[in-house]
Amino acid sequence: MAKQLPKRDLENVGLGVTGACVALVTLVVAALIFMVAQKGLSAFFKDGVSIVEFFTGTKWDLANTAENGLPYTGALPLIVTSFAVMVLSTLIALPIAIGSAIFAVEIQPKFGSKVFQPLIELLTGIPSVVFGLIGFHVVVGLMKSVFHVSTGLGILPGAIVLAVMILPTMTTLSVDGLRAVPDSYRQGSLALGYTRWQTIWHVVLKSAMPSLMTAVILGMTRAFGETLAVRMVIGGIEAMPTSLLSPASTITTTLTTSMAVYAEGSAQDDVLWALGLLLMGMSLIFILIIHLIGRKGAKARG
Amino acid sequence: MASTRIHIDEARLGRVQRQDRIATGVLTAIVAIVMLIVVSMVAYILFEGISTLFQPGFLTQPARANGTQGGVLYQLFDSFYLLLITLIISVPISLGGAVFLVEYAPDGPIRDIASTAIETLSSLPSIVVGMFGFLVFSVQLGWKYSIISGAVALTMFNIPILVRVIQQALEDVPQAQRDACLAMGLTRWEATLHILIPEAMPAIVTGIVLSAGRVFGEAAALLFTSGMSSPVRLNFLSFNLSSPTCAWNVFRPGESLAVHIYKIYGEGSPEAQQIVWGTAALLMICVLLFNVVARIVGKQLARRMTAE
Amino acid sequence: MLDQAYSRRQFLGLAGGLASIVGLGLVGCGGSNAANTAAEGSAAAAESVSGEVTYDGASSFQALVETAAEKFMDANPDVSVSGSGNGSGKGLTAVAAGTVTIGNSDVFAETKLEADQVKNLVDHEVAVVGMGPVVSKNVNVDDLSLEQLKGIFSGQITNWKEVGGDDAKIVVLNRKAGSGTRATFEAAVFGDEAVDFKGDAELDKSGDVQTQMGSTDNAISYLDFSHFDDSKFNAIKVEGVEPKSANVTDDSFKIWATEHMYCSKDADEATKAFLEFMLSDDVQGKLVEEQGFIPVSAMKVVKDASGKVSAK
Repeated sequence: MAKQLPKRDLENVGLGVTGACVALVTLVVAALIFMVAQKGLSAFFKDGVSIVEFFTGTKWDLANTAENGLPYTGALPLIVTSFAVMVLSTLIALPIAIGSAIFAVEIQPKFGSKVFQPLIELLTGIPSVVFGLIGFHVVVGLMKSVFHVSTGLGILPGAIVLAVMILPTMTTLSVDGLRAVPDSYRQGSLALGYTRWQTIWHVVLKSAMPSLMTAVILGMTRAFGETLAVRMVIGGIEAMPTSLLSPASTITTTLTTSMAVYAEGSAQDDVLWALGLLLMGMSLIFILIIHLIGRKGAKARG
Repeated sequence: MASTRIHIDEARLGRVQRQDRIATGVLTAIVAIVMLIVVSMVAYILFEGISTLFQPGFLTQPARANGTQGGVLYQLFDSFYLLLITLIISVPISLGGAVFLVEYAPDGPIRDIASTAIETLSSLPSIVVGMFGFLVFSVQLGWKYSIISGAVALTMFNIPILVRVIQQALEDVPQAQRDACLAMGLTRWEATLHILIPEAMPAIVTGIVLSAGRVFGEAAALLFTSGMSSPVRLNFLSFNLSSPTCAWNVFRPGESLAVHIYKIYGEGSPEAQQIVWGTAALLMICVLLFNVVARIVGKQLARRMTAE
Repeated sequence: MLDQAYSRRQFLGLAGGLASIVGLGLVGCGGSNAANTAAEGSAAAAESVSGEVTYDGASSFQALVETAAEKFMDANPDVSVSGSGNGSGKGLTAVAAGTVTIGNSDVFAETKLEADQVKNLVDHEVAVVGMGPVVSKNVNVDDLSLEQLKGIFSGQITNWKEVGGDDAKIVVLNRKAGSGTRATFEAAVFGDEAVDFKGDAELDKSGDVQTQMGSTDNAISYLDFSHFDDSKFNAIKVEGVEPKSANVTDDSFKIWATEHMYCSKDADEATKAFLEFMLSDDVQGKLVEEQGFIPVSAMKVVKDASGKVSAK
């Protein structure tokens, strides 16, 4: 039994076992990054897909081949749609998230922590396909009857569904950020004769800015990577969107429908991995931004 | 700025107070709308799905005709089975990882690298994890569409969540406890095993159950790993783990409730639509149960520990 | 001999089970033990096949495969047949990669896969199905020429009044690029021409098309005959020919496809037995027509991989 082991050995066992866990996770992540990068980059270096074409071309069609024998791999429509959906959903969710966070922290703190927060956390737990299902039946129908469009599928319903999905993430983090502002700031401001609203606007929000920005970025990360809920309401046409209610396709939805259709190692398959690499690159950039904000915030606070 | 003026302008004061009232009003309206959305969403799903849920056979029959008829027995079982295997793999690894990061990792490059890796994993879109799982487990390792492929993909999705929760729980144990243990001559390992982990247990259990809720509803990572179908017939009493009809065989394909919804949401027949809503209601009730259970278990454990 | 094989199978099953329990079984496929042993014994006892059959591919005739699978499993309780319909492209890629044992497809494997992959596959033609254009209930056009279909599905004709209907924009509902139904439809309408018009939505499955057609006005799409549903949308004539099975058998209705089930050359016994069952009289004689398909034997013409039609 463990008791018979000398103390130092025991300590080494502990270090070894836990260290192995960490090493395993790190290795898996490294393998994942390496593999996605390798598969994705081989589209450009092995199959000869032009990087410029990939980022600026507007024609995406893997089923047909152009004169050079390669499929049409202009991913710009997918990139534009992904960003459009992300930005639009953030614009919808942001005021609501920060507004309700202010209410839950500054105006009705008791109601906020006892009723509002548990309710919002309930939203986090709802699976994304359920959001998609509601989007497919309710939001799409709403689009049809409000805007008199033929299918009701497109970027706008996608953004609305995503806005509801990222709302809990953004709200919860904003609430945490506002709670972290020391009460002395508020008291000082009120003592100077500011109203509650002025205090919130000029003092609380300003000093909570880094955490609020982190909340926004994390919401955007989730919106950028969300797949199935968007697939159910966006229409799935890989072409440059002409309006908010024209069917489109994001990077993730293209992956869902095209992945595993083409043989492994084919140019089509590799280009899809390049899309995966792009998704991974974006999430790494988001992490980087969050770190930069954190560092800046720490510096500002001294 | 107003504060630099000593003379207070009456009109200005009035405006400022009005501003305050308007802002409060707007915020109240926003919160009301958010709450309305949450409540109406939940109510809508339950309203649409609850009648199917109580229909005889929905929970006790397998799906027929590609999921557009019959029940969701196998999907329900597969969801829990996937979750179970995911937890069996991910909990020990996460626990070890978190202990290392909190108790052993010297502040330095190792800790930084490991934290970055875990953070990267947590921010990856689940579809990317699914693609990786498909390539490595389903194709290269030859596991095909199987429960085990799906569970490993879910593990990758679950580990960052668990590590963070457990790390937080361990960090919340007062430093004095650690110092006391070490002062008594316990090794770090013994201190962790016998004192720190038990102390952090309520928070750890709550975290695990909450993460289970998220795993339970995940679909994108499963599309290409555990597949979009469950065997037509399963034998729950067979323990011949190599038999394709054995429910407990981890190498058979499986389909979770969430994937099932994605598979048949577009099917037009009224019966299929009923099944979709019933499945959605079932999925949501399960996830809500996880939330409630997490809270109750956490509280119970905490109470038992403080009572000692 | 038989006894020996039986006890050996039991032993292997047990060993496989134990291996899985201790986690050593992770590397091998769990189903393979049972299937391999079944291969040894099945010559003697055809009924007692066991193993796992998985399929993926065309959603157009998935219902047929599934109904047949039910019957097959009634006779062979030790076999598990399961799968899904994610489009012909996925099915063919999956069977070539070995992630499933059967790939269902509306199109010849040659059109989707590389030649060296096709070499390892065995084709089973299980049925023929007609596919035709469908329009929303509110559209009062009931006959389109191939030329008009070409115009609509290439985006040149955008209004119903150009083809004799009301003044309304045509909503084109397409299938995703991997779809065999789309490939068949485009091959019949466009021939070798490349099509890059995408339409107003690209849907994943035949069932999705049914739903969207039912809830969208002024829409046009295409479906195989077995997915026609008069309560939701209208199937229309092409070149004056009714979309009926009888018109497909002599190629007077031009849009049709042979349903293929591909398995790999070294497929296991259970897969082979199931495919044999698909070609047996039990399925071909009754089930195929019940499900809205045409038995291959009823066809007066055949279509080859390049789409050329010739008399039998």
